Amino acid sequence: MKSKGVKIAILSGKGGTGKTLVSVNLASIAEKSVYIDCDVEEPNGHLFFKPEKVREEIISVKIPVINESLCNGCRKCVDFCKFNALTFIKNKPYVFEEVCHSCGGCMLLCPEKAIGEQEKPIGKVQKGVSGNVSVHTGIMKTGEASGIPIIKSLLNESILDEELPIFVDCPPGSACVVMESIKDADYCILVAEPTVFGVHNLNMVYDLVRLFNKPHGVVLNKCLDGENPAETFCTENSIPILGRIPFDNELGSLNSDAKIAARESNRFRALFASLLETVMKEVRHETTVNPQR
Amino acid sequence: MKQLLILSGKGGTGKTTIASAFIKLSSAKIYADCDVDAPNLHLIMAQNIEPKRSDYFGMPKAEIDADKCIECGLCKENCRFDAISNENGFEVDPYACEGCGVCEAVCPANAVSLKPAVAGELTLYADNNKVFSTAQLKMGSGTSGKLVTEVKKQMKTVASPDTKLAIIDGSPGIGCPVIASLSGVNMVLIVAEPSISGISDMERIIKTAETFRTKIGVCINKHDTNPANTEKIEEFCKEKGLPFTGRIPFDPEAVKAINNGQTIVDVDCPSGSAVKHVFSSTMKLLFKESDGAEA
Amino acid sequence: MKIAIPVDEQNLESSVCPSFGRAPYFLFYNTDTKESYYLDNSAVASQGGAGIRAAQVIADHGVKALLTPRCGENAEEVLRKSEVLIYKSIPGTVQQNIDAFIAEKLILLSDFHPGFHGHEK
Repeated sequence: MKSKGVKIAILSGKGGTGKTLVSVNLASIAEKSVYIDCDVEEPNGHLFFKPEKVREEIISVKIPVINESLCNGCRKCVDFCKFNALTFIKNKPYVFEEVCHSCGGCMLLCPEKAIGEQEKPIGKVQKGVSGNVSVHTGIMKTGEASGIPIIKSLLNESILDEELPIFVDCPPGSACVVMESIKDADYCILVAEPTVFGVHNLNMVYDLVRLFNKPHGVVLNKCLDGENPAETFCTENSIPILGRIPFDNELGSLNSDAKIAARESNRFRALFASLLETVMKEVRHETTVNPQR
Repeated sequence: MKQLLILSGKGGTGKTTIASAFIKLSSAKIYADCDVDAPNLHLIMAQNIEPKRSDYFGMPKAEIDADKCIECGLCKENCRFDAISNENGFEVDPYACEGCGVCEAVCPANAVSLKPAVAGELTLYADNNKVFSTAQLKMGSGTSGKLVTEVKKQMKTVASPDTKLAIIDGSPGIGCPVIASLSGVNMVLIVAEPSISGISDMERIIKTAETFRTKIGVCINKHDTNPANTEKIEEFCKEKGLPFTGRIPFDPEAVKAINNGQTIVDVDCPSGSAVKHVFSSTMKLLFKESDGAEA
Repeated sequence: MKIAIPVDEQNLESSVCPSFGRAPYFLFYNTDTKESYYLDNSAVASQGGAGIRAAQVIADHGVKALLTPRCGENAEEVLRKSEVLIYKSIPGTVQQNIDAFIAEKLILLSDFHPGFHGHEK
């Protein structure tokens, strides 16, 4: 069952531009909200929220397990596997779990029904509460290659019946994990920093959100005086600028100590409240005009 | 040839800023950008030669021939990746498809086939003087690990055998592209940021790197943004026996230089001076012969 | 006995390929009869687990020893279970390596690099 609340994904392309800063503070400012950390390789939101009453769920993928007594040595599974996860050595089948992609093909094709499946844990999802925010964090086990199954679990939830806004903190980049994180988003906030690298990578996520027809806007972070290449990019491409967060030592300091600026300081409370208002207005307008679901 | 890989865990700590400075300081002839998802090194290391570009093929993607399809739905039913929809007849979503071949195997009408799919582009700048290998992954793609391997292979194949040093700019995170970049390198330099998030991410990348038994060194960028956390990191390194190779201050001049397409050692600035010390400590560690480590 | 070597070209003056899993060809050589043949390495096209697949091929051909400069942990596991010994090749041509092997000058490979979850070898 899909949540009725609006899902807002926050992404950036380049790392370190302020995705977590924006998503954590927007979630805090809203009267009641859900924060979902899809950067399962390096989750940070929970460090700011320090959620309580945390429940944990292990996320696993299915790995084949072969009943040797039923195996007739036909090697259909070995020949089929596109990931080379199956071998046949000295008349016995072996599975290489770390390269298996859990497609289930070997199990389907075995003529002797000798292949079953077992669960291999790859990470976990933690759900807790921090004041007005319901905090959902995905954490991948170190050494795993891909956190996609964890992201799928985080987003595939009947979260709540109420009309709560859901803020999805995405991983950096624009590869498959990011795509998975924005798949069901109603709106995308792109966080940009005023550097050449930042703009270069902003361009990539801009292409990504357009490819998936996601309504989007930009938040300019770490703004200084003078020319802002990210702002120029937005103007040139007619991308709505939702707000500007100044480069500010106090903000940097609070953030560095994992403090939620909107909860610590009136100045930042006002800044993020204003940003949230703009975002929600834009989201409501866009989702009426261009509904995603 | 000794390979130095620069990683961070957290994004935005300064990998590319430091990698480019190292390349300039060492006059390294061989370098690569393994952040194939969001490559940036080429924006500073401007090249004056034409590169060789080649397509990178990721996993093949399934395609359904509508003429042969009998709409039985077996493909969709058996696809573990939610890659098949039947809104407009049965279609494969190329972004979700992992090329496993299950749909092709179960289709009773031979309507599904796996076709090669371009998932990115490899770029190689090579002349008598130097080799710069980089790539760009097509957005939404997987198999970034394999592309990283191709970037390193491309670099090694063209490099002359008496090269002493190769510098590799890595990617954030701890997943497959990072793991792929770790294989076969002699040393990893972790660029840490003194924030709570940065420390958490640093610990996870160190844990990941440790399984590769390479030398690991740590440096801190923007150290003066949080002296307390900087000290925490240095304590952590001492406790774990990890060599600490230096600290670099936060420097607005660095941003200006990078935005101008220059490295921080091309201009006169505090971060530029500091990175020279980090560089010499790192090089000393890299070239130190120790307990039979494979060169 | 039958030995195998990953090679860059299909002749005995070829260099040994630096990669096992992604070598373009394998040379199979019988040290008793001096007969040899080459095989295209089907693992080269693999997205991942190339070493596993290459090792499977080596095992399937009844090889007793593999001469290679490097080898991954997954491939090593397949080879070990198949009772194929892995020797560290020396710089030089394939012929030089064969001669060194017969003269018992080669040492066993002892350092295997970790696999990375299906994205190399």
